[in-house]
Amino acid sequence: MNTYSPKTTGSPGPTEETLDIRDLGFWLYLMTDAIIFSLLFATYVVMFQNTATGPLPIEVFDIKHVFGETVFLLFSSVTFGFASLASVREHKSQAVFWLIVTIVLGLGFISLEVVEFVGMIQSGAGPQTSGFLTAFFTLVGTHGAHVSLGMIGILVMIFQILIKGLTSPVKSRLHRLGMFWHFLDIVWIGIFSIVYMPGWLI
Amino acid sequence: MHPQSHSAKRLITGFILALALTLIPFAAVWTMAFPVELTFGIIALCALVQVGVHLHYFLGIDSRTPIENVLAMSFAGVLIFLMVGGTLWIMFDLYERMM
Repeated sequence: MNTYSPKTTGSPGPTEETLDIRDLGFWLYLMTDAIIFSLLFATYVVMFQNTATGPLPIEVFDIKHVFGETVFLLFSSVTFGFASLASVREHKSQAVFWLIVTIVLGLGFISLEVVEFVGMIQSGAGPQTSGFLTAFFTLVGTHGAHVSLGMIGILVMIFQILIKGLTSPVKSRLHRLGMFWHFLDIVWIGIFSIVYMPGWLI
Repeated sequence: MHPQSHSAKRLITGFILALALTLIPFAAVWTMAFPVELTFGIIALCALVQVGVHLHYFLGIDSRTPIENVLAMSFAGVLIFLMVGGTLWIMFDLYERMM
């Protein structure tokens, strides 16, 4: 068990112990987020057949589009891994480079998703059309909002690395942002396996 | 932060496994080469294994992970099992009774 002892005044910064406790706290947040997502998945599964007068899943899901989103997100998870690796090895410019690559891949993912959403809404398959589409937009939209926030986080971390350097608090923040980013890729596995693929099969 | 959990070899291994586990279900759905039930099985199996691959190779979960993190994950797992399982059980039971 980590025990937290308040640091004495005048110490240079958070101790290794404090940073470990922050990691644990962030992990607890990720677990609560996992519960939110799993309940959105449950809602989606319950609503899946409630298409009312709206389109069926197979009519609105495009397999090539979803495959593109999947590839963008998977590659971005690996490039973030390389950024973490560079930060542990104190390679400042490499860390910034890999974070920029990650943010470009994240933008690719989000732009594909926005194109998909706008296309669906314009063709009359908006979230108000049926229970199925409400659940779809809530689940996939919540994931997209998380990815967008993660990209803002990456942008902030790029500036922190450039301005503050790879100090131990900066590395610790980058580590937690990496946990967040990898977690979102895990949620996406659920989205393509539970949301999109059954839509093409049923 | 465990420096030994950050290695390029580990990342690349995870990436290749994750890519394979993504391509298999996409190929199965794309080509429709198998019966629907089998395809569902392939998707479910690949998804579960891929979650494990991401947890281990990207999030660095292994035997050296602090016990608090593992406990928190197990507790979340229990909550998810109860709430998702309960939701699906009740809602599909209701659905059957309304038929």
